[in-house]
Amino acid sequence: MKFARTLLIFAVVALCGLAFAKEDHQVAKRDPHAQPVKTEQGHGGHGEGGLGATLVAILEHHLVDSDHMEFFGADIHLPTFRFGDYEFTLTKHRVWWLIALTLMGLMVWLAARQKTAVPSGFRNALEGLIVFVRNEVVKPNLHEKTDAFMPYFMSLFLGILFSNLLGLLPWGSSATGNVNVTAGLALCTLSLMVGMGVKVNGLGGFLHSFAPPGVPGWLMPLMIIIEIVSFMIRPFALTIRLFANMLAGHAVLAVLLGLIVSLMFAAPAIAVAVGVFMLEIIVALIQSYIFIMLTATFMGLTMHPSH
Amino acid sequence: MELGNGLALLGAGLGAGLFALGAGIGIGSIGKGAMDGIARQPEAAGKIQGAALVMAGLVEGAALFAFLICILIWTK
Repeated sequence: MKFARTLLIFAVVALCGLAFAKEDHQVAKRDPHAQPVKTEQGHGGHGEGGLGATLVAILEHHLVDSDHMEFFGADIHLPTFRFGDYEFTLTKHRVWWLIALTLMGLMVWLAARQKTAVPSGFRNALEGLIVFVRNEVVKPNLHEKTDAFMPYFMSLFLGILFSNLLGLLPWGSSATGNVNVTAGLALCTLSLMVGMGVKVNGLGGFLHSFAPPGVPGWLMPLMIIIEIVSFMIRPFALTIRLFANMLAGHAVLAVLLGLIVSLMFAAPAIAVAVGVFMLEIIVALIQSYIFIMLTATFMGLTMHPSH
Repeated sequence: MELGNGLALLGAGLGAGLFALGAGIGIGSIGKGAMDGIARQPEAAGKIQGAALVMAGLVEGAALFAFLICILIWTK
């Protein structure tokens, strides 16, 4: 029973990321060899807008979702599946999101195989992480509902963390650098905020939390509008925060390495890029932590509005 | 490059500078608070560092909204 529920929650999180991973107009369907040739012929590499245009091409190649995927120098064209009218293209970000979820599932499965009473080794490390999330992040916000929601928070945390870190590998790409994926994850949070608010306080109590007590009558309409806007902006801020952090990190790395136009620039550019790369590892950890911390805080706010 | 394009790029560059300024002030005041706290209570250094990192992440998130707008203008 408990296992089935955990599996169900995991599947919901996975699907939310996957279903939103691509919108048709965002997929750059193009010949991978066309871009560099065009920019070099146009301005000879250094003319007006030459370096800028090359950088834009590099950035687009690295950051935009596409149906091409590079792996060890090989250019893989990903297949498109058709179910009647519905078209499902396996894009770069979808593949890396699936890889992240597979690694995460594998890790938890490997750790859970150990059946001894006292955890050791790998399972010990994972349990430390889980206890940290449970006691420091979820419990102060959700109180007695903590254990019911732990599978959701751990799926979210490990999924986002693996996805963030996979983007730092060579040829890797982080699915959380796609605004549709983070929007899907934030929609999960929004539906939980509304759902648990209604379940705990009742529909009347939930709606009442938009009208704070002790406000004079003439100010009430304005306050209600402000409360509704601040409620709706929370999942939006979650979406943009994770997406922009991942996008900006990769953009900065690509721009720094794109600055190498001759051998002279190579050493300082690579030195700074290594520093930014180390910062990105910290950012990947912090952003996945912030995402679940804010999810827990927002859920706690709608469930216990008086606090 | 015509004037409109140049002005747009100027706006993007100025925006980038301004958001760096804002984020710098924000993260600086977080760092000041954390240092003050650690100096007063060195035994709580671990907890303060963790909280300061998370706060820095939140400020950075707000700054990256601006980064996104700059990128959007630049690639227009």
